[in-house]
Amino acid sequence: MSGKEGSGGFRKRKHDNFPHGQRREEKENVNPSSAVMVSFKSFQLELDTRHDKYERLVKLSRDITIESKRTIFLLHRFISAPNGGEILNESEVKLDGVRRKIKQVAQELIGEDMYQFHRAISPGLQEYLQRSQDFSTSNSHDKQPHTCSLKVTPVDYLLGVADLTGELMRLCISSVGNGDIDTPFELSQFLRQIYDGFTFIGNTGPYEVSKKLYTLKQSLAKVENACYTLKVRGSEIPKHMLADVFSTKTELIDQEEGLS
Amino acid sequence: MSVSEMFIALQSVLTADQDIREEIRREVQALEQTAREMLTLLQGVHQGPGLQDVPKKCQKAREHFGTVRTQLESLKTKFPADQYYRFHEHWRFVLQRLVFLAAFVVYLESESLVTREAVAEILGIEADRERGFHLDIEDYLSGVLTLASELARLAVNSVTAGDYSRPLRISTFINELDSGFRLLNLKNDSLRKRYDGLKYDVKKIEEVVYDLSIRGLNKEATGGAGGEK
Repeated sequence: MSGKEGSGGFRKRKHDNFPHGQRREEKENVNPSSAVMVSFKSFQLELDTRHDKYERLVKLSRDITIESKRTIFLLHRFISAPNGGEILNESEVKLDGVRRKIKQVAQELIGEDMYQFHRAISPGLQEYLQRSQDFSTSNSHDKQPHTCSLKVTPVDYLLGVADLTGELMRLCISSVGNGDIDTPFELSQFLRQIYDGFTFIGNTGPYEVSKKLYTLKQSLAKVENACYTLKVRGSEIPKHMLADVFSTKTELIDQEEGLS
Repeated sequence: MSVSEMFIALQSVLTADQDIREEIRREVQALEQTAREMLTLLQGVHQGPGLQDVPKKCQKAREHFGTVRTQLESLKTKFPADQYYRFHEHWRFVLQRLVFLAAFVVYLESESLVTREAVAEILGIEADRERGFHLDIEDYLSGVLTLASELARLAVNSVTAGDYSRPLRISTFINELDSGFRLLNLKNDSLRKRYDGLKYDVKKIEEVVYDLSIRGLNKEATGGAGGEK
C-alpha cells in the first residue's frame, strides 16, 4: 500500500483524466471473484512479499555501509602510537556488529536466489569488504578474503578492493604527516601489486571495474609521488622538517589535479 | 596467497563468466528470431482477410512454440540452474515478448486471459522458482500489458473490417485486466511504467465502443452475432 500512497499525487492527477461516472460503471461490470481477479490477488501478494524483502535488505545494506564507514574513520586514527591496539580492538567490536547485520542479510536470503536481490545489498557488501580489508592490512599487510555464510561475488570483491586503495592512499599521506617514513614505501609496494592485478583483468571485468581503474591510477600516482618526494628531499632535509616540506608538496599535487 | 595469485584466480572466474554470457546471448538471439517470425505471422489478424482465418494462424503459431521450447531447453543448459537471476537481464526482454505472443494466441482462440501456469507450459518452462528455469511474475505481467495494447489496436482494426462485436468483448476483457492491475502495489520500476500505459489502451477501446454505440452499430453486432456487414 505504501508504495502507492508514496506517489499518490502523481497517480491521482492521471486518473482524473477519466470521467468518474464511467469509472464506477466499469467497476460494477467486473466480478470480483472472477478468475482474473483471483489470480491478480495472488500476484499482489507475491509482489508485495518480494518488495518488502527488498526494502528490508536495502535497509540492512545501508546500516552496514554506515557502520563500515565509521570503522574506516576509526582506523584512520591508527598511528603506531601506544593507543594503536585500543583502536584495533574498538574496530573489532564494530566489525562484529556489522557481521551480525550481514548474518541477518544471509537469513533473509535463505531459500532465495541471491542474484535476484543483489542490487539491494551490493553497496553495503562492498563497503564492508573495503573496511574488513583495511582492517587486516593495518594489522599484517596481508589480505584475507572474508568467509561468511553469505557468498561474496567476485565483482563485489573487486570493487571493494578498488575502494580500499583509496583508503590506503589516505593512510599513506597521513602517515607521512605523522613522520612515519616506512609506511608509504610499503603501501606503494602494495598498491602497485593491486594495480598490476587490475590491469591484468582489464577489459574482461564488468564496466564498473574499468571505471574504478581510473581512480585507482590516480591514487597510485599520489602515493608514488609521495615516495619520490621522501626519497629526494629526505636526504637533504633534516628529519624534523620533513613533515613541512611534504605537506606543501601534496598540496601542489592536489592543485594540479583540481585543474585537470 | 600473494596479490598477483589472487588476481589471476579472479581473472579466470571473470573469463568463465563472460563465456557463459556469450553462449546465453547466442541462444537468446535465436529465440528473438523465432519470436519475430511469430509476431509477423500474428500481425496478419489486423488485416481484413486475416480476421477470418484466425484459427489457422493460431495453429501455425502453436507450431512455432515447439521451436521456442527446444530453444529454451538449450538455453537452460548454458548456465547453472541456481543462478537464474544473475543472467536474467539477457533473456528478460525476449521472455516478455514470448509471454505476449502466448497470451495473444490464447486470447484469439478462447478470448480469455492466459494464466501464468499455462504460459509456462506453452513455453516448456516452470511456473515456480523452485523447479528450475521459471517465468518471473514481473515478466508475465509485462507480457500481459503488451497484450492489452495489441488488443486496443485489434479493436480499431476489427471495426474497420466490419466486425462490430469484437470491440465490445475486448472492452470487457481489458476492463477486467485493468481492475486486476489496480490491485497490485507496483514499485516505481519498468513494470509500473508500462502499467501507466494501460489506461490509454482502456481509453482507446472505450472510444471505439462509444463510437459504435452512438451509431447503433453495437446492437446490430449483437443481433447479427458478429461478422459480415
